[in-house]
Amino acid sequence: MLKVDNLHVYYGGIHALKGISLKVDRGDFVSLVGANGAGKSTTLRTIVGLVKAKEGRVEFEGEDITNKPTHEIVSRGVLLTPEGRRIFPNLTVRENLMLGAYIRKDKADIAADLEKVYDLFPRLKERQNQKGGTLSGGEQQMLAIGRALMGRPKLLALDEPSLGLAPLLVKEVFEVLKEINERDGTTILLVEQNAYAALKLAKQAYVLETGRIVLEGTGEELLVNPQVRQAYLGVSS
Amino acid sequence: MKQRTHLLLSIASIVLLVAIIWWADGNLNAYYTRIANTAAIYIVAAVSYNLINGTVGALSLGPNGFMALGGYTIALLMLPVMQKQMVFFLEPLIWPFSEFSLPPSLYLVGLIISGIVAAIGAFLIGWPCLRLKGDYLAIATFGFGEIIFVLANNMLFLTNGALGIKGLPELTNLWWSWGMAAATIFLIKNIVNSSYGRAMRAVRDNEVAAEAMGINVTRIKMLAFVTSGFFGGISGALMVMLISTISPTLFMFTMTFNLLIIVVLGGLGSITGAAVTAVLFSVLQEVLRTVESPLNLGFIQWPGIPGMRMVVFSILLILMMLFYRRGLFGSWEFSWEWLLSKLRRKEVPQCQQQTNK
Repeated sequence: MLKVDNLHVYYGGIHALKGISLKVDRGDFVSLVGANGAGKSTTLRTIVGLVKAKEGRVEFEGEDITNKPTHEIVSRGVLLTPEGRRIFPNLTVRENLMLGAYIRKDKADIAADLEKVYDLFPRLKERQNQKGGTLSGGEQQMLAIGRALMGRPKLLALDEPSLGLAPLLVKEVFEVLKEINERDGTTILLVEQNAYAALKLAKQAYVLETGRIVLEGTGEELLVNPQVRQAYLGVSS
Repeated sequence: MKQRTHLLLSIASIVLLVAIIWWADGNLNAYYTRIANTAAIYIVAAVSYNLINGTVGALSLGPNGFMALGGYTIALLMLPVMQKQMVFFLEPLIWPFSEFSLPPSLYLVGLIISGIVAAIGAFLIGWPCLRLKGDYLAIATFGFGEIIFVLANNMLFLTNGALGIKGLPELTNLWWSWGMAAATIFLIKNIVNSSYGRAMRAVRDNEVAAEAMGINVTRIKMLAFVTSGFFGGISGALMVMLISTISPTLFMFTMTFNLLIIVVLGGLGSITGAAVTAVLFSVLQEVLRTVESPLNLGFIQWPGIPGMRMVVFSILLILMMLFYRRGLFGSWEFSWEWLLSKLRRKEVPQCQQQTNK
């Protein structure tokens, strides 16, 4: 479904991605883990066209989408929930969700999906007329995920959905992701610092270090990998 | 049920507006009529300016340019051919404007063409500028206003230069100005509440997230800019046809400054705020004439200083920034729902009083 081939990205003089290659299959749950500054977020942002690649190729459903404008990539079905819960604070919860469906024109289906998101996150329904900025951190993250779902993404890319959330909420967020993936068949590409949770959920996972992929395998494989355990899970082998 | 009530209320308020204009048209003297007209024109200008500055959150400093474009267009369209030959004695007016003019009965057509010309101007200036952000956009649009001013001063064959164009028929009356004000508020309110408007507000809140939702940010900004230009042009045209003359100095940067005061005082992004403050501003501008006239208080001689009004406005703006940072109305909008709930809340305690007795 998504194929990234030898991606190179520079921020000014800094070589941020040094040849990233990865693959996401339909219905897959893929995690990218790694330390701060490894290039995880940059990879996602390059895929959706928010950052331009200097070299390499991004392919979605067999078509080249490298460096296409973001709105075009989004209309093909790749949706990103950006890092730090970038919801729209001055818009109501409902308006935030409706914006997720901005690229869609099927009004009846949008209304049905809105109900589905409310089912998934009942909290959002209670607060649908409240401004997004008045929600708590966890609610905002749910809003961000719900908003992305409103776009009926073929591929949902999530950037650090657990950032700044209480452990209990982190668990809830990951459960929702699992549900979306298994029940609705939405393909998920997850970037996480919380390596344990991300690997546990992932069917396929990649470990990034300073702009390179250093390890790849199924989530289970990486969970027991001594290198990973030592570096990211804080377990001495 | 709810929607029907709101519709009825809207119709009632339109009827009320028509009744007030009908009364005012015959009973107000020329001075008050002029203030009322100016207030309505400021509403058109401020509400349209608010769309780009408040709703999209892109600081544009070029609405005076749009108003000038609209103003010159209507002047060239409506000035009778005979008059044109007399006015343009420095350099003859170029064809085709020298050969035709619209009859007063086609004033609406003239207004719409003025709006379209200003909208085209907005499109041309928006094309390179809207990729800029923050201060850069402000500087570029400020430059646009100045360019229009310089062009108006020098393109004698179209604008008659600094002498301006005089002797236009005085077509703007209360019906036109307040009708256009109502139409502008209605149309812009509908845009703001549409999915495009939602996208505009999303761009203001967070550009990156808006882009990640699939919103073409530049296109949305362009849409707001062109719409704003269209109504800005109409407001300029209305003003020119009210005072029956146009010269380059009419739409200098001070006009933008006035509009900026109005939208910031009213609360950026609030249509209600822009409209109410536009009226307040036009009235205050007249009331404050007293601070510009010489005053003798017995113990102190106050000399008349032209321009003192603007000092007062500046002080008001500074006070606003200090104590009311979000403006008079913030992002609040008037709605029938709000009015009805206010009325109901008032009724509730009355009922309780009755039961207490």
